[in-house]
Amino acid sequence: METTQQTESKIIELKPFADEMVVNMGPQHPSTHGVLRLELKLDGEVVREAIPHIGYLHRCFEKHSENLSYPQIIPFTDRMDYVAAMNQNWGFCLAVEKLMETDESRNFEVPERAEYLRVLICELNRIASHLLSFGTYGMDIGAFTPFLYAFRDRERLLLLFEKVCGARLTYNYIRIGGVSEIIPMEPGSIAEQNFLDEIEAFLDYFEPLIDEYNDLLTKNSIFAERTTRVAVMSAEMALSYGATGPNLRGSGVDWDLRRDEPYSIYDRFDFDVPVAVDVPELGSVVGDCWSRYKIRMDEMKESVRIVRQILAEGLPSGPVMADLKAVRPPQGEIYFRSEAPRGELGFYIVSDGTPKPVRLKGRSPCFSALSALQELSRGLMVADIIAIIGSIDIVMGEVDR
Amino acid sequence: MSDFRAMLASPHFNVSESFFPNINLQDGLNWAEEFIQNVVLPRLPEAVASHFPVELGTVLVMFACAGIFVGVFPLLPLVLVLAERKVSARFQNRTGPMRVGPWGVLQTLADGVKLLFKEDYIPPQGDRFLFLLAPYVIFACSFAVFAAIPFSQSILVSDFNIGIFYIMAISSVIVMGVIMAGWSSNSKWSLLGSLRSAAQIVSYEIPLGLSILTIVMLVESLSMSEIVASQSNGIFSWLIFRTPFTFIAFFIFFISSIAEVNRTPFDLPEAESEIVAGFHTEYSGMRFALFFIAEYANMFAVSAIAVTLFLGGWEGVLPGYDILGGFPGFVIKSLGLVFLMMWLRWTLPRLRVDQLMNLCWKYFIPIAFFNILGTGIWGLIFPEDTLISTSISCAIIYIGLIAAYKVAGRTLAQRPAPQPS
Repeated sequence: METTQQTESKIIELKPFADEMVVNMGPQHPSTHGVLRLELKLDGEVVREAIPHIGYLHRCFEKHSENLSYPQIIPFTDRMDYVAAMNQNWGFCLAVEKLMETDESRNFEVPERAEYLRVLICELNRIASHLLSFGTYGMDIGAFTPFLYAFRDRERLLLLFEKVCGARLTYNYIRIGGVSEIIPMEPGSIAEQNFLDEIEAFLDYFEPLIDEYNDLLTKNSIFAERTTRVAVMSAEMALSYGATGPNLRGSGVDWDLRRDEPYSIYDRFDFDVPVAVDVPELGSVVGDCWSRYKIRMDEMKESVRIVRQILAEGLPSGPVMADLKAVRPPQGEIYFRSEAPRGELGFYIVSDGTPKPVRLKGRSPCFSALSALQELSRGLMVADIIAIIGSIDIVMGEVDR
Repeated sequence: MSDFRAMLASPHFNVSESFFPNINLQDGLNWAEEFIQNVVLPRLPEAVASHFPVELGTVLVMFACAGIFVGVFPLLPLVLVLAERKVSARFQNRTGPMRVGPWGVLQTLADGVKLLFKEDYIPPQGDRFLFLLAPYVIFACSFAVFAAIPFSQSILVSDFNIGIFYIMAISSVIVMGVIMAGWSSNSKWSLLGSLRSAAQIVSYEIPLGLSILTIVMLVESLSMSEIVASQSNGIFSWLIFRTPFTFIAFFIFFISSIAEVNRTPFDLPEAESEIVAGFHTEYSGMRFALFFIAEYANMFAVSAIAVTLFLGGWEGVLPGYDILGGFPGFVIKSLGLVFLMMWLRWTLPRLRVDQLMNLCWKYFIPIAFFNILGTGIWGLIFPEDTLISTSISCAIIYIGLIAAYKVAGRTLAQRPAPQPS
């Protein structure tokens, strides 16, 4: 067969382009942030196409949920975005609470103290998540040291989370109707004061470090050259792909659910929403990898501001859990979205009035952002692919669910 | 003992007038023979001495010297690997290896033993012969460089009259090993890494060679020992301060040599986050260790060359005094540059391929050519190295440094980022 083909094709074609090389990047690869597999079609170093293949971490979260009662689903949400599990807990609990509020007879209030604890812990969790994102992004670009700095600081936050719920990564802390009481913290007790003092000490330590990290990595000219003007995602493109959170704000769209659709008690706090602008001195344009990365650095500062306001007010006294006999939402459906560190986390729940949902769907911000990768990466280089994946900050646990 | 040292201090090295390398084999034999005649034989009983096979002894002494050389230098990477781990740990708020031996000093040895016992995996689809050969090519070439480096007045293996040329030639062969390793692994990541490496090393050899050329122009010799000898009048006679152009050449040389040894910010051939480990992805066990040892030996070698060419070699800071001079001074200076490389590695991110090439072809090579022109003009104006020429040179360097400090930060940031094709 081969020999006949060889004899037939005697015309030597002039091929101005090199042969296409298909390379598998992942699922086992140091910088695909988990188990993302990219099918790269390379022309030398230039990427003609990068096709993402997902599903390596698919654990049937949504199907499992149909066989679990609502409180039992919360630990499963931990395993979605395991880097920001508090926010995932919260997003789900908010959706269930919203669904339960539709029934007048079973109306209940989440206690004030629980709301404050939720905001406090989730904003700290946002800092932890963005720290990890910052560290791994540095490592993706080739700077190893910021990674360890970020983990050093994240460690202190994890210790704080350990103090409130006993877990470091998958918390199951925020419950439907309040927060977990596994480790009791009486209002006004020494334990509470120590906890708040520790948070304050962390903030005092951490806030100047953000500027140091900016000097170390963000303003580094090699880092800026690698990330600025790379993979520019216009506002239209970001919106059409459904990119949310820092990715959307990195494209210059001023949208943050905490401010524009305030849930819980976010309307009581004073904070800014960082939005990307052109930074000519570093060569950055709105929508490039650098802007997306910078939004996260700025958001850490805003989270620190929110936490400081809570510390200034002090935690209100009272219970941390609403008086709920059973979690049994009425018949109906709800879609509720909240602002997780990686963007808009939505939960769609269909209930038939039983303790188990009929259908549960998680709207993952990472999944939507990842879908833009194929268009963003066309014509760039292999090294840029890594820069894009890092800048859209995916967690595969949430993409695959 | 004293006559032995005296003999070491006055080796019979005849720098040949011809262009071709004078391997000095005869000198070496003479030296070994004299060593036996003057040192060994008087200490032997007369009955043995009269029947002592001098010729065989001569060869044995030469082998012993070679053995010391071959035995000592692989230890150097062991120390450097540990140093790198400790230095990086200190940069990153860690302690580094602490368990094996006091302060973890035996960690590299333990790692070496571990690697020895690992499976020697050879990709079945790859080119077996080249796969096996590649580590040896790299290893041999990186250690062959040491043959021409003068560690002190007497500790040098061979004083070629074209020493620096030999070093350039031998270190270029390393890229052959890299391509062999990458191609024979039959892995696409390895191939990408080795091709990156080939492009990078070949490109950066040009500014490297051009900056060496400025030194050769000033010293008018390719011999390493003559280059050192021309820097014997203290710190201001070091070639880095001789003219403003050699000062620039030093930085081009140093940055290019970081690129030559594939270290951050130029570690694209083994960029972990992009192409996993580059050309040595498929290697395991001792073959991997050979790459590793060669990498660190290379690192020390380029630092030692930089010290020899620009920072006075084994000559001290003050004329007549042995401060930072001799063998210890040479090692301290070289390790200082090695530390600088480690510092850069643990601080800076990595460049992209096109940016790497831009830096080389658009900035370093033109500047290096300008340097050669400038050095030539400087040599016309100041044919002799005098106090006046040194003062003018140092003044220009000082002003230039301040100007660079004021301006560089802004202009570097405003450089337009290359658009992807």
